[in-house]
Amino acid sequence: MDFNDTPEQAAYRAEVRAWLNANAEPRKDRPSVSRRLDADEGLALAKKWQATKADAGYACRHWPASHGGQDRPMIETIIYDQEEARFDVPTGFFSIGLGMCGPVMAQYATKEQQERYIPPMIRGEEVWCQLFSEPAAGSDVAGLRTRCHRDGDDWVVNGQKVWTSGAHYSDWGILVARHDSSLPKHKGLTFFFVDMKSPGIDIKPIKQINGGSNFNEVFFTNVRIPDSQRLGAIGEGWQVAITTLMNERLAVGGAPPPDFREAMKLAAACDLDGRPALEDSAVREKIADWYVEAMGMEHTKARTLTALSQGKVPGPENSIGKVVSASKLQNVSSFGADLMDMGGVITDPSLMPSSALFQQSYLYSPGLRIAGGTDEILRNIIAERVLGLPGEIRVDRDVPYSDIPTGN
Amino acid sequence: MNFDFSDAQKALKQQTRGFLRAACDTTVPRRVLEDADEPFARDLWQQICANESPGIAIPEEYGGIGFGYLELCVVAEELGRAVAPVPFSSSVYLAAEAILQGGSEEQKAKLLPKLASGESIGTFALSEGPGQATEANLQATLRNGRLSGTKMPVPDGDVADLCVVVAKDGDGASLAVVDLGGEGVSREPVDTLDPSRSHARIVFDGAEAELLGEAGQGWAVKDRVFDRAAVLFAMEQLGGADACLQMAIGYAKGRYAFGRPIGSFQAIKHKLADIYIKNELARANCYYGAWALSTDAPELPVAAAAARVAATQAFHFASKENIQTHGGIGFTWESDCHLYYRRSKLLALGIGSERVWKDRLISGLEQQEAA
Repeated sequence: MDFNDTPEQAAYRAEVRAWLNANAEPRKDRPSVSRRLDADEGLALAKKWQATKADAGYACRHWPASHGGQDRPMIETIIYDQEEARFDVPTGFFSIGLGMCGPVMAQYATKEQQERYIPPMIRGEEVWCQLFSEPAAGSDVAGLRTRCHRDGDDWVVNGQKVWTSGAHYSDWGILVARHDSSLPKHKGLTFFFVDMKSPGIDIKPIKQINGGSNFNEVFFTNVRIPDSQRLGAIGEGWQVAITTLMNERLAVGGAPPPDFREAMKLAAACDLDGRPALEDSAVREKIADWYVEAMGMEHTKARTLTALSQGKVPGPENSIGKVVSASKLQNVSSFGADLMDMGGVITDPSLMPSSALFQQSYLYSPGLRIAGGTDEILRNIIAERVLGLPGEIRVDRDVPYSDIPTGN
Repeated sequence: MNFDFSDAQKALKQQTRGFLRAACDTTVPRRVLEDADEPFARDLWQQICANESPGIAIPEEYGGIGFGYLELCVVAEELGRAVAPVPFSSSVYLAAEAILQGGSEEQKAKLLPKLASGESIGTFALSEGPGQATEANLQATLRNGRLSGTKMPVPDGDVADLCVVVAKDGDGASLAVVDLGGEGVSREPVDTLDPSRSHARIVFDGAEAELLGEAGQGWAVKDRVFDRAAVLFAMEQLGGADACLQMAIGYAKGRYAFGRPIGSFQAIKHKLADIYIKNELARANCYYGAWALSTDAPELPVAAAAARVAATQAFHFASKENIQTHGGIGFTWESDCHLYYRRSKLLALGIGSERVWKDRLISGLEQQEAA
C-alpha cells in the first residue's frame, strides 16, 4: 500500500507538469480565469487552450487512436487532469461533448461523420451539448414527450428540452425524441445529433434559485434533421441514450468548496458565547462528521485510481460520490451561515467572510442534489446495481406510451 | 497509486474468512452470549492461536511472526464480521501494543512471546465506571510498585492473565503491568450490553505492579496505544457493518409483503443504500488508517480517529437498520440481529466514545494546522 506513482506514471506526470509550467499560469489565490472573464471571452480563451492541449497530445489521450485519441491508459488522462487543476486555465465548456457526445459518436456515427465531427470536438473548435431532460421527463427521462416524424429524407422535431448546459454557445447537440407514441415508452424513441443553429431552435436561459443561469430551455418548432444524422436504428434511441449516460466522466474530480476546511477556518474565526466557535464541542462534532465524509470520498477516489492504474475496472464504490458530496455541501453551507448568527443572512461578498461563499453555496447546493441523477435515483441505482435488490415494479413499461397517465 | 491490499494480504483475508465461516458461524457468539459459564469460546481461541494470528504483527524477536499491521487489519475485519467471541482485541490490540509502545526491552522479551502464542491473555484497564476517564480524574493509584483502586469494565478481565493498568502516579499517570493471578487482585464478571465478550470489575488492593515506561508519562503512551488500537477496532467494526448489510440484503430479497419482495420498495432500498454509503466511507477511512498504522506515519492520530469515527457510525447504523429491515423477527432473541447490535455498541465504547474520537480528530487537525 502506497500513494506513489509507478515509475512510468511519475515520468508522465513530470512531463505534463513541465509542459503546463511552460504553457499556463499557476492558480493563484484569486477568482479563476473562468470567473474573471465574461462568457464570450471565457469561451474564446477555453477554445484556444483546448487547441493548445490537443496539439500537444494531452486531449482525450485514452480514446482509441481511430477516434482521435492515443490509446493511452485512462490513468494518464487522470494524471493530466490532476496536474492541470493546479493551473489557472479555462475548463468546463467541453466536458459534455468529450464526456458524452464523443463516445456516442464513436460508437454510432458513420466513419465519414466521425472524421468530420470528432477532431473539431477534441480541439474545442466545435462545442456540443446534450438534449435529454424535459419539463415532464427528469428522473423518468424515457417518458419524454418531444416528438419527431419522418418527412422525406428529414425528420421534423417539435417539443421542449430543459436543463441543457451550454446550449447557447453549442454548435451541435445530441437529442432523443419520440417517433411513435403507440409503442411502450422505451421502444418509441430515436436518437439524433442536431445543428444547434437550425431554424426553429429557440434557446432561453433558466434563472436558478441562486440567480445564476447555468442551464437553458431549448424549444423545437418544426426543426428539420437529416436522417443521416440519426444515431442507431429507429426505435433504438433508449439503448443509445443509456450508452451515453454510462460514458459520463468518472467522478474523480473534487467537490466544490466550502468543505470541512472552510468550515474549520470559519469556526476558528467566529465567536460563540465569547469563545472561538471551534472550541464548542457541537461545532467540533459537525466538522469531524464532514472530515470523515470528505476523506472517505478522497480515499475512495484513491481506490478507484488504484484500479485504473492497474488497468482494472473500478469497483462500485465510486457510485456513492455525489450522494455524499451534494448533501455535505448543503449542510456545510447552512452551518457556515449559522456560525455568523444574525449576520449570516448577508450575501454581499464585500461584507462577508470567504466573500459570502457559504451564502452563495447555500443557494447553489440544492441543484447539486438533483443534477445528473437525484439523490433518490442514485440510491435506487446503488440498491439495484450494486446491492442486487429487485427493480421497481414498473406499471408503465409495457403499455403504449399514449395510454400512460400524466399529471401536470 | 497503490491504495489496496496486496494479493498476499487479500489471500490471508479470504483464508481467515473461510476459517471463521467454518469455525465461528453465528451459533458460536450466540453460545457464549447465552452461557454464563463460558466467558469466551475457548475452542475457537485455541484454533486462532494455533493459526498464530495473535502474533501476526508482533516482531519475530518477541515470538511473533512479524508480518505487519496490514495483515493484522485484514484479520481484524474478519473477526469483526464473525462477531468472534474471543479476547483477541484485548490481548493483541491493547495489551501487546501497550507493551510494544511502553515496555522496556526486557519486558517485551518476557511478556510478548506469551501473548503472541496465546499462552497468556492480556488486557488493558482504563475505565473506572460510568463517565469519561481522564488523567485528572483517575482514582486507581500506583505507589511504590503497588496498585490500589477499582477498574471496570475491564474487557476479558475475568479471564485475562495479565493487565496493563492506567493509574494515577504522583501528578501524572503511569502504565503498569499487573499479574491478575497475584495477591491483592479480586475480580468478578460484570453484566454488559454484549455478553458474548465478557467484562470484569477488578479491585486492586496493593497488588504488585510493574511500571511500564516512565513514571508519570503513561497518559501519552496510552494515547499512542489507543491511536493504534483505533484502526484495529475500526477494522472489526467495518467487518461487522458489512455483515449487517449482507444480512439485511438477504432478508430484503427473500421476505415478501404486499405481493413483492420488500427489497423492491424504495423505503428499504434507500435504507440499504445508506448503509452501503456509510460502509464505503468507513472502508476508505479504515484503509487509510491501516496505511498510517502500518507505516507509523505522522498522520496516524488523525487517520486513526477518522477511521474510528467512520466505522463507529457505520456499524451502529448498519446494526440498527438491519433490525429495522427485519421487522418483528429482528427484535426476537432467536434472530441473529442482536448479536451485531450488541457488538456494535461494545466496540463503539471499547476505547472511548464517538464524541471523544471526534474531539481527538479536530485536535489533530488543529495541530496539523499549527505546524
